[in-house]
Amino acid sequence: MKRLGIAEALREGIRQEMARDERVFCIGEDIAIPGGWGGAFTVTLGLEKDFPDRMLNTPIAENGFMGIACGAAMMGLRPIADVQYSDFLFCAMDQVCNNVAKMRYMSGGKAKVPMVIRAPVGVTGRGSQHAQNMETFFMPLQGVRIACPATAYDALGILRTAVRSDDPIMIFEHKLLYGSKGARAESGAFDASSDIPDEDYTVPIGKAVVRKEGKDITIIGTLLMMHRALQAAEQLEKQGISAEVIDPRWLVPFDLETVRKSVRKTGAVMTVEESAKQGGIGAEIVATIVEEMSDDLKAPPIRLAAPNTVVPFAPPMEKFYIPQVEDIVDAAKKLLN
Amino acid sequence: MSDNKYSLEFLLEMYRKMVLIRQFEDRVKFLFLEGIMPGTIHQCQGQEASAVGVCMALNEDDVITSTHRPHGHAIAKGVSIQSMMDELFGKITGCCKGKGGSMHIGDLDKGMIPAVAIVGGNIPLATGAALAFKMRKEKRVAVSFMGDGATNEGAFHEAVNMGAIWNLPVLYVVENNLYGASTPVGMVVRTKNISDRAAIYDIPGVTVDGNDPIAVYEAAQEAVARARRGEGPTLLELMTYRITGHSRRDPALYQPKDEKQRAKENEPIGRFRKYLVGNDLTSADVLDKIDAEIEEEIEKVVVQAQKAADPKPEDALEDMFVESI
Repeated sequence: MKRLGIAEALREGIRQEMARDERVFCIGEDIAIPGGWGGAFTVTLGLEKDFPDRMLNTPIAENGFMGIACGAAMMGLRPIADVQYSDFLFCAMDQVCNNVAKMRYMSGGKAKVPMVIRAPVGVTGRGSQHAQNMETFFMPLQGVRIACPATAYDALGILRTAVRSDDPIMIFEHKLLYGSKGARAESGAFDASSDIPDEDYTVPIGKAVVRKEGKDITIIGTLLMMHRALQAAEQLEKQGISAEVIDPRWLVPFDLETVRKSVRKTGAVMTVEESAKQGGIGAEIVATIVEEMSDDLKAPPIRLAAPNTVVPFAPPMEKFYIPQVEDIVDAAKKLLN
Repeated sequence: MSDNKYSLEFLLEMYRKMVLIRQFEDRVKFLFLEGIMPGTIHQCQGQEASAVGVCMALNEDDVITSTHRPHGHAIAKGVSIQSMMDELFGKITGCCKGKGGSMHIGDLDKGMIPAVAIVGGNIPLATGAALAFKMRKEKRVAVSFMGDGATNEGAFHEAVNMGAIWNLPVLYVVENNLYGASTPVGMVVRTKNISDRAAIYDIPGVTVDGNDPIAVYEAAQEAVARARRGEGPTLLELMTYRITGHSRRDPALYQPKDEKQRAKENEPIGRFRKYLVGNDLTSADVLDKIDAEIEEEIEKVVVQAQKAADPKPEDALEDMFVESI
């Protein structure tokens, strides 16, 4: 058992998987430059010393290297491809959406694309283009699975699951939760470290976790918003409201059963997300809940989200953009009234 | 064309494969125009020599990727024409179980990744396959077939650059048929040859007569040998011409009449026949017999494809993931 942050846990996981299986390799920008950063947030720091032939530093060419990883995966390797900021996935949309996601289907089930894509998300003082929670953009994409680990325990377990899966899995990681150290430390970071067991555990695909039990309202959020929901739940508790916090961990496939069990108990549900409300994750989750569980609902659900605008830079505007703990508290109270 | 250094068997195999592609395409075009076949098609009549010349320089375990115009490449690489015809008819017995269709024809068991219908999109895939071969120290080679238009895509630059810096065993084969859909290549490319672009990646760039299967074969062989020796990629530009429309009902009015006329005289199968017969390597009768055999073979394939079972509608829900959750 040891205490690790998310960046350290992912590094440990990648190291273990590469040692366990020689088909595993990493590909991305600045991931393995001696004297460099180990990717944008230190996740792969130093791994080139252990695996000099399997840490591939690429040119700045996201579409190209995602396609290269896809081609290598179809030939039986198991790439872990990462982008420095998830926003850069827009450059790679063709390869990710048209090839990575569709190759198996288009081949009638013959091709396998055992590939992991890692991408940092979150609004962190970098303006509009290093800020987006790109998991939202992949929600309608068929053919990939989407994970959002909020703790170091889950990050490591999900990474193992993803590397060992024969299907493409995207892991969205939050910049403020990495616990990156040194020059790559983030201001405003949030402690998401966990006690990591020594055994080789994994996190099953599509299984949510109830982070806090409660009986009055269900709050669903991933990544940073899950941690804010927990903080909000603490405050609500003091005000006599018992909130249950669900961390889906996987957006695709989504664990509707865990949500159903909770909604049956509480009859009230809200989602919290860091992206604009329009067409967002909350829209998908809430629509499904309304379709499937309307008999259990005592009040219309709430989607708490960023406003429908571009991610701004100036700190007061940025704070306004991201749902805060007090926003979650207020929304929960409003819903229950 | 080159001197008689090839066996008659080899030359006739080359001829047979080109005719198989031509007849397959002509038959498919007819089925479309009759309204019997669903979907759309992009055909390669006139470009048979490039597919056949390149694929005959490959081993069975080498891998190719192709484009929205993939039938010729698939046939040349050895994908069964029955499974292709079944796929075009959307049958469950098709090479992609009816999930791919014309633009995604492929069969990994025969070394063909499902074709990619986004222009330029297959170039990184072939490069990635080559990366896998190199990392595993296998002596295999990957080929990306692309049209002239693909070389203006960012994916081309990104992938060829990585193929070059990592010395990957990959061939970038540009079939320059002078048009990207209806746009003349001269309008969108400044260099005289597309192969000139190889220089910026510091890899060999070669332009050859893409309607001469032997010239194509020899250029491909050299590039393949180089790749197998670990010396990296080659950009191979094959000059050819599409003597059919871009897609099924395109009358190709943008191709000038005299150019079309010249192209018909220069199309690879007629030329190869003249070469074989003119040099007394074989007789017209032998070639006619091959043509007739192929015609019969294709007719059988069409009959069987039409009789094959449709997929169940709900089969649409299968084959997305290996692991079902």
